[in-house]
Amino acid sequence: MLFSENFKIAIRALRANKMRSVLTMLGIVIGVATVVALLSIGKGVTANITSSIQSNGSNLLTVSPGKQQTGPGGGGSQQASYLYYADYQLLQRSLVDNIAAIVPSYQSSYLVDHGNESFSVNVTGTTKEYQETNSYEVAEGRFISDGDNKAESRVAVLGAGTAKDLFGGLTAVGKTISIKGVKFEVVGVLEAKGSSGFGGSSDDAVFIPLETGYGKLFGSTATYNDKKIVNSISVSVANTEAMDTVSAQIEFLIRRAHKLTSSDELDFNVLSQSDLLSTLTSVTQTLTIFLGAIAGISLLVGGIGIMNIMLVSVTERTKEIGLRKAVGATKNQILTQFLIETVTLSLLGGIIGILFGIGLALLVTLSGAFTAVITADSILLAFTFALGIGVFFGLYPAYRAANLTPMVALRYE
Amino acid sequence: MIQTENLMKVYQMGDNEVRALDGASFTINKGEMVAIMGPSGSGKSTLMSIIGCLDAPSSGKYMLDGLSVESMSETELAEVRGRKIGFVFQQFNLLARTSALENVMLPLTYAGVSGKERNDRAMKALDRVGLSQRTHHTPSELSGGQQQRVAIARALVNEPAIILADEPTGALDSKTGVEIMELFQSLHKDNGQTVILVTHDSYVARHTDRIIKLSDGHIISDESNANPIKAGTPRIEE
Repeated sequence: MLFSENFKIAIRALRANKMRSVLTMLGIVIGVATVVALLSIGKGVTANITSSIQSNGSNLLTVSPGKQQTGPGGGGSQQASYLYYADYQLLQRSLVDNIAAIVPSYQSSYLVDHGNESFSVNVTGTTKEYQETNSYEVAEGRFISDGDNKAESRVAVLGAGTAKDLFGGLTAVGKTISIKGVKFEVVGVLEAKGSSGFGGSSDDAVFIPLETGYGKLFGSTATYNDKKIVNSISVSVANTEAMDTVSAQIEFLIRRAHKLTSSDELDFNVLSQSDLLSTLTSVTQTLTIFLGAIAGISLLVGGIGIMNIMLVSVTERTKEIGLRKAVGATKNQILTQFLIETVTLSLLGGIIGILFGIGLALLVTLSGAFTAVITADSILLAFTFALGIGVFFGLYPAYRAANLTPMVALRYE
Repeated sequence: MIQTENLMKVYQMGDNEVRALDGASFTINKGEMVAIMGPSGSGKSTLMSIIGCLDAPSSGKYMLDGLSVESMSETELAEVRGRKIGFVFQQFNLLARTSALENVMLPLTYAGVSGKERNDRAMKALDRVGLSQRTHHTPSELSGGQQQRVAIARALVNEPAIILADEPTGALDSKTGVEIMELFQSLHKDNGQTVILVTHDSYVARHTDRIIKLSDGHIISDESNANPIKAGTPRIEE
């Protein structure tokens, strides 16, 4: 018998129980849609984070305070460790070759006011080089200059988001804002950079000269044992091949400055962007696999739903199977008919699910959170999975149907 | 045409052995119209399913149209059912939500006939049973008698050697039953079709030329019926 005949028989059987077919398919639709959507979203997040890290330049080394964690709770008594402004000055003096810029920064969150508007914003004290190492563009006015730092001028540069919050669409340059009650003159506004990929936006920020911060804003929180501290020191390396050398030099210099012996653990970290990237990539990959596994479970449940329905259908149609056998259907023909039914259900569910999944991914993209990346392999994976489920879960009911003795089947009530 | 020798069918019911058929031997020739009669539990249904190749005997010999059935594989049996036997059941057993024409086409479909030939042959069979005006009606749109006619057309469509009818009038009112018996008699007389009726009803049985009576799995009588009832004759109990 022709395949198309069997196909027609299967379609007719499915259409005879429209509601049931649709509900059965729903399990597969939801499963496949989740697989496609989650994989696309996972890939999108990964791509997003990767590009945001790469936009900071792959030649950036970040020095930050803190012991290198050797394992969960492996630190014992965790002594607070600091990175000092003196460390920055040391690096500035000692590092010569292959260095593009060295940027210290101290960050703290303060209430920033203008008129009646008041927001809690991350205020970063830093130097002129910060702009370039962090790829900011100035939209209006200028960034912090060396002169500002020398003179401890009370000037501030606003991130695009903060400027919008405080001034609406109006000109901010030349206006005065107050940070924790201290007046600052706005000298520049930055271009919007978008999400940093870590939840926060790098546009909600205020930048001030680091020296001004120490002198007039940060107060005693920015010192430890009368030494000025920084949150991080970014070192932009001119030549990427020299990254390792520079990293080793930094480690050596600061280790000596902090009076650590060679057996002591470091109380600071030197991380390159590629270190950060590989850590984050492995995190997002794990996340994607995890999400995929959840979606896989829902597919499995959908598959069991199909098996359940097909078993019911076999039982319900025992008489029909008996009749088909009586008029000459062979075991294989019955097997094929029921297999086609399940495969049709799961394939149709798979196709609808893929469309839904793509729709969901597009919706996420449209919402602006990040761009979901729909790849052919995630669609192929979902499709193959749906097909596999159809065959796998359809085989048993089909086999049962095909093996019924015609007489027993005909007499079934 | 049909030749059986010492057919046995034994079912295991728990610890008990039930001999549904206990050594049945008979021959039915081409063109005969025969009734297999007996009360329920006599083994007539078992006999019918063995004749119809729906079930295999536990032992004994069965030759159908010169073919030894008991040694056949499942696939071969399916082919024999499809090509040599036309079934008519008490409950019609039509596919629901499927037109009369498509129901009749079903055996042809499984036999590998397709396209115009399949359509023409199904139409011819429906015409033979007087339903050429109802080809696109589904079973739920047809009366009981019409449904049984569709079932008979389905049984005829492959031009089988035997029509095997299991209580064909059992689910019909007496007037419709008469029409169905008329149809069987005319198939037998006009076409020389071999017809085997399985029934518990002696009135139905007496429409045939020969009555085989079964009891407890044995054939207790096998007699020819010289004056078969003409369909439509009022029912008079013996």
